[in-house]
Amino acid sequence: MKLWSQSMTGALKMIGIFSLLALLTPVFAQEAADAVAAVAEAATEVAEAAAEEAPAYADYDAFAASPGFALFTVNNLWLLISAALVFIMHLGFSTVESGLCQSKNTVNILFKNVFIVCIGLLGYAFYGFNAMYPGVYFDADAGTISKEVWNGFFTMGSGWFAVDNNDVSMVTDAYNNYTWWTDFIFQGMFAATAATIVSGAVAERIKLGSFMVYAALLVTFIYPITGSWQWGTGWLASKGFYDFAGSSLVHGFGGFAALAAVIVLGPRLGKYKDGKIIPILGHSMPLATIGVFLLWLGWFGFNGGSVLSADPRGVSYVFVTTALAAAAGGLFSICTSWMLLKKPDLSMALNGILAGLVGITAGADSISMHGSIIVGAIAGIIVVFSIIFFDKVKIDDPVGAISVHGVCGIWGTLAVALFSDAATFGTQLLGTASVCAFAFVASLILSLIIKAIMGWRVSAEEETEGLDAGEHGAEAYPDFTAAHK
Amino acid sequence: MKLIIAIIKPFKLEEVKEALAEIGIEGMTVTEVKGFGRQKGHTEIYRGSEYTVDFLPKVKLEIVVPDDSVVKTTDAIVKAAKTGKIGDGKVFVLPIDEAIRIRTDERGESAV
Repeated sequence: MKLWSQSMTGALKMIGIFSLLALLTPVFAQEAADAVAAVAEAATEVAEAAAEEAPAYADYDAFAASPGFALFTVNNLWLLISAALVFIMHLGFSTVESGLCQSKNTVNILFKNVFIVCIGLLGYAFYGFNAMYPGVYFDADAGTISKEVWNGFFTMGSGWFAVDNNDVSMVTDAYNNYTWWTDFIFQGMFAATAATIVSGAVAERIKLGSFMVYAALLVTFIYPITGSWQWGTGWLASKGFYDFAGSSLVHGFGGFAALAAVIVLGPRLGKYKDGKIIPILGHSMPLATIGVFLLWLGWFGFNGGSVLSADPRGVSYVFVTTALAAAAGGLFSICTSWMLLKKPDLSMALNGILAGLVGITAGADSISMHGSIIVGAIAGIIVVFSIIFFDKVKIDDPVGAISVHGVCGIWGTLAVALFSDAATFGTQLLGTASVCAFAFVASLILSLIIKAIMGWRVSAEEETEGLDAGEHGAEAYPDFTAAHK
Repeated sequence: MKLIIAIIKPFKLEEVKEALAEIGIEGMTVTEVKGFGRQKGHTEIYRGSEYTVDFLPKVKLEIVVPDDSVVKTTDAIVKAAKTGKIGDGKVFVLPIDEAIRIRTDERGESAV
């Protein structure tokens, strides 16, 4: 059992890290502002000229009476439904992860998943959203990164909380097909899913407090950096990189961040003995299956909402490519694992469905129907080999997150070049390599720093007893007789 | 009085219980256990790695009977639990020093 004082130390360290970053913001903001002072002047003139134009609507009611309101409502509604669907993926992750891990760690895994969605949304609200979408990335005249990027990165969310619900430029079609609020909640749900990918790979032996600090920092500060490179109109976007819904920006990011965290963490006790791989069985195949179906359901919002409108042709197309890739992924991982391993393995089939979904995520709107089947099928084949490979090199990943999200995220990104003409292979390779490498390095540094300050892994004794007992003093199934401890 | 411990295949439990009821034995305690004798386990595979499951699920019955009922009880159990295939289980007979009925404080054979 942890002493209260020991738990508080973790919390205090987290507050400390946040405070340190907050204190640094004026320093960076000032330096950046000085550096681009001349450029800022030119930018200000343009902004003033724009502000002098009449606003599109007098107020929100005027917009509601306008002819564009009905279409806006439909678009906005679809985006909100998509946000809710992406949200349900957290339930999917919770059940997949706990199902594929031992019962003695169930409370801990669920707790991590609950925490991630809470801290992810708040961190994204206070900082991440602004940092990821700074508005203007490049100052074309000066040929440098614009002042707004620095403001987005280092102004702690002041812009967000200054947005007014009556500001016509933010809540009507003057902003986009949807309101600023919808934009935030949809993107916020994506950010939280990127962090939860890591929680599965590090399950059953990571220290809770350490993981909480790690996840908070990853979602709030690291994810917006790579996200801004593409979706925030950053340098990858200017190179023609194409990642429709985040094969690299979400899944590759999460998968390779997970890889770094797992390398620092080490395998579970008793997993690799005398050159043999000892299976540690998941405790609930029903939970794992429920999770994958929930994730598939959520993916309709993940990809469907990434159309960023309710356009019938666009959204319906994406629905079908997404579903076909998932189905092909599941089918081909069934075939592959059955041939390779002599018996049909349910958990491989489940991973195959997810692999297909990750694989199509970069190109769901650009790859053809038969292309999406092939992309999903290849992802389903790749993921089986990848899972076996990582076990062979003693990278212990209880749920296959690194293979499903990291490896298949790269595949999905490259597939855009192979199966559509939305981007060239070179650009896709550059994009996925840079995002995944950045995620890996950032996660590695973060893990090592946190390990040095507060530890990264639980004690051997606690791991054997189960994290539910050690970290939480609780049991997930107090009424059931324990199979074994 | 004797304590009879029988380890049987789980699906045989109903049959053994009914066979015992037919000879007038109606009280028993049942536990779910795992074990193996000369019956080997089997191989399973999880995410690409093979492992052997040595312990097989069994059911353990514990019955206390008067000395003169021991033979008919063990005969009934063996007959009902037998499948002829490996892993049928075993029956053990142990002596009992005392038996007490909690509700009425009866002791000895009337407590059984």
